Amino acid sequence: MNIGVVVFPGSNCDHDCQYIFRDVLGQDVTMVWHKEASLTRLDAVILPGGFSYGDYLRTGAIARFSPVMGAVKKYAADGGLVLGICNGFQILLEAGLLPGAMLRNQSLHFICNDVHVRVENAATPFTSACKPSQVLKIPIAHADGNYYTDPVTLAGLQANAQIVLRYCTPDGKVTSGGNPNGSLDNIAGVCNAAGNVLGLMPHPERCAESVLGNDDGRLILASLVEGMKKAKPQTVGE
Amino acid sequence: MSVITNDLIAQHNLTGDEYKHIIEILGREPNLTELGMFSVMWSEHCSYKSSRVHLKKLPTTGPRVVQGPGENAGAVDIGDGLCVVFKMESHNHPSFIEPYQGAATGVGGILRDVFTMGARPIALLDSLRFGGLDTAKNRHLMKGVVSGIAGYGNCMGVPTVGGEIVFNDIYSLNPLVNVFCLGIAHKDKIFRGTAAGVGNPVIYFGSKTGRDGIHGATMASDSFDDKSEQKRPTVQVGDPFQEKLLLEACLELMAGDLLVGIQDMGAAGLTSSSCEMASRAGNGIELDLTHVPRREPSMTPYELMLSESQERMLMVAKAGKEDECLAICRKWDLDVAVVGRVTGDGILRVKDHGTVVAEIPAKALADDGPRYERSYTLPPYQDILTNLNCDLIPDVKDANAVLLSLLESSTIASKRWVYHQYDHMVRTNTMVRPGSDAAVVRIKGTNKAVAMTVDCNSRYCMLHPYEGARLAVAEAARNLVCSGAEPIGLTDCLNFGNPERSDIMWQFVLTIEGMKDACEHLRVPIVSGNVSFYNETNGLSIYPTPMLGMVGLIEQADRTTTQWFKAEGDDIILLGTAREDLGGSEYLKVVQAREQGSPPFLNMNAEKALHDCVLAMIRAGMVQSAHDCSDGGLAVALAESAMSGPDRLLGAVVTLALGRLRKDAVLFGESQSRVVLSAKLVHRQAILDSARRVGVPVAVIGSVTGNRLVISLEGEQSAVKVIDVPVAMLYDRWAFSIERTLHQA
Repeated sequence: MNIGVVVFPGSNCDHDCQYIFRDVLGQDVTMVWHKEASLTRLDAVILPGGFSYGDYLRTGAIARFSPVMGAVKKYAADGGLVLGICNGFQILLEAGLLPGAMLRNQSLHFICNDVHVRVENAATPFTSACKPSQVLKIPIAHADGNYYTDPVTLAGLQANAQIVLRYCTPDGKVTSGGNPNGSLDNIAGVCNAAGNVLGLMPHPERCAESVLGNDDGRLILASLVEGMKKAKPQTVGE
Repeated sequence: MSVITNDLIAQHNLTGDEYKHIIEILGREPNLTELGMFSVMWSEHCSYKSSRVHLKKLPTTGPRVVQGPGENAGAVDIGDGLCVVFKMESHNHPSFIEPYQGAATGVGGILRDVFTMGARPIALLDSLRFGGLDTAKNRHLMKGVVSGIAGYGNCMGVPTVGGEIVFNDIYSLNPLVNVFCLGIAHKDKIFRGTAAGVGNPVIYFGSKTGRDGIHGATMASDSFDDKSEQKRPTVQVGDPFQEKLLLEACLELMAGDLLVGIQDMGAAGLTSSSCEMASRAGNGIELDLTHVPRREPSMTPYELMLSESQERMLMVAKAGKEDECLAICRKWDLDVAVVGRVTGDGILRVKDHGTVVAEIPAKALADDGPRYERSYTLPPYQDILTNLNCDLIPDVKDANAVLLSLLESSTIASKRWVYHQYDHMVRTNTMVRPGSDAAVVRIKGTNKAVAMTVDCNSRYCMLHPYEGARLAVAEAARNLVCSGAEPIGLTDCLNFGNPERSDIMWQFVLTIEGMKDACEHLRVPIVSGNVSFYNETNGLSIYPTPMLGMVGLIEQADRTTTQWFKAEGDDIILLGTAREDLGGSEYLKVVQAREQGSPPFLNMNAEKALHDCVLAMIRAGMVQSAHDCSDGGLAVALAESAMSGPDRLLGAVVTLALGRLRKDAVLFGESQSRVVLSAKLVHRQAILDSARRVGVPVAVIGSVTGNRLVISLEGEQSAVKVIDVPVAMLYDRWAFSIERTLHQA
């Protein structure tokens, strides 16, 4: 299985994604430079965390114009698996691959901490290894993770089970006390209607090894590896 | 008639004698550009003119040392063909004038120092000093500095894994921002700042040169007064995105066989990078400013040579490799230009549109600056500081209340409000996050981990600079040992007042002596460092603050230890002995409002024995937690072990021998060479035996149990319970104190 990790200028979790999929989960990983206009023979595409183009304007607002994003759109439209983590999620929102937008965290501070999320939909290719309503401890690290969308879109997300992860308390209660950043409806991760594109703010790649004291994130990453095996290789571009 | 007036010389912070020396070197009067170049290179910040004669005394060698002081950063061998490259630097003056940008560019500068050597930065730590949070100005400075560190480090994707913050009003008008960075490099791929090979091209890359930061180094070498805010234009503005591109471009350039030497443009910008690289190689460099990328077309040679615009590098490429170098830089969207070549005449020659605008021997500029053996004398006020009669101080009555007030004092309180704003997990190496004795990162591809700590108790240093320096070295090493690491190297950041004052120079000289003795005893070499003088405002100096960044190696990462209790029923064991060490303690400051007395007694043999003993126990897998006793003494150390774990609070019931000591000395005194362990019962006998075998005092003092911290003192007759508080209450006071202070305001 071959996973593409897109490198935007300012991506800084690209090496972490490469390491976890290649060295820990034993997959082939191809680093995809943001100027490439086609994606060939990839079984999944990761948009990693970081500060693409410095994110001085609005997170992901410039990265969505990178040449590679045209190819990512085609790839997703043809059913390829796309996972956006943190800045990758923000870029997917700006690119219109997922609905909604990010606001600054309610505290107006960058927050780096472990949070708990509840798996609201365990039937996606990114969560199939999780049990329904399973609580995962996964770190976040962002200043703009306060998800927002209009009421109609929110109702649609709820109705279609597109809310994949919600922030919660350690015992799985979706309350304001479990919400680190003010996110609407405690949303930590959403997928598109087809279910092949997921964006999430928590960093599963940071907690997928016991040496780091927590491997809850491995469930998400292992789900993706399983999900790739079911989908056939994609060739998109040009 | 000369264009260089006495006023101009004074404005450039040069003395009359220094100016005469310039004329001797050149054989003529300098022009304005040359005067500016001399003034920055001969500033205290760049030339170490007051400190160099003393710094030479420090131990800088050892079997692991790959690169000692004199380069952009030091390097120490950790086996497996790898070395750690690290350094610490100050950005005090700019952070006082403009806290966000001052701190941000401090992070940027130290990162460049490390990746210039060919190392990928994997960890940052910060040592900060502010005045008390009861004033709006100090809160503003702290918030700005923390945001600046977060803004730069987070964007770079280098985790800020640890640090320390101390609050004392002596820093109100002169906060300290010291940033430590560590990177990993292949031992045989270390890059140095050298301009070898006559004819090789000199290539500029990174950001464009602007008018910011001109005379930053000179500003950093001057004392402050009420008008210091007017110096804001001398503070540089950071662009971490640009630096991230620069980092990746550098490491890509270094992966090929393209470079001869490379150096970042830090203080004194283009001037320092060019003359230092030339001088190290015994060569010259000819620069043509016409090609230097710039933000404003009308910049003068003076401005171009002195600008401290951030995120810029100078490299000397192998002849014929120019195009490959340019292509890599362009891939990363960086400005890049060939701006000169290496010459054999030893002269830094600067041209602008065909005209020579400066011509100075590179070595004279870089290495032949003034050296001062400034006079130093024991100040008469020192006796008053150390004189403390404890008989006049009432012993503690309500120890519960004292413990709570110590835990919520800003210096001891949890710094979670700060480190949760720093990305401390990116690069997925962080094994021990902020909040333990030392931060620990694993080294991918090996079974090893590296521990890091930054430490300095400047009150001890103020009370006795020699002892304070020894104590700082001992505490840093103890912190590493408590995490299971063997100390392997040290970097320092020596923050002092005005070296032209004999009392300040006395502090400095004694500090160096103390560091030397302690480092030799513990066999820890000093491989890099930085001196920051003139930390005074309106004549008031900071406490002498020799900040230390120490690095330790953990051979087996799975034997890493943290400071918090792990399991109900474990033994709590104290190594070391309490003495009546109340002088200079946090307890005296917080409870008695005194900063007086002699700092705690330190016996280096006992300290070293303790380190060896704790390391052996940790490596043998006998230890569940290990925590050093420092600020606030044993009671605070026990409280921290009970409440600082990431997942849950654990209580403890402890009985301490009172002996002939005061109660406050046993609970809150800061006697050195002590470590609190917790261990499973099965290891009790082995721990007692191994400590006694090497003469380290040891006692089982209690056990991990329940949800309260209970401490009794055992006198000759019976034990008396003096502390009994729910751990949840301790936690609430300690964890949220800083947040509450900032929000109440």
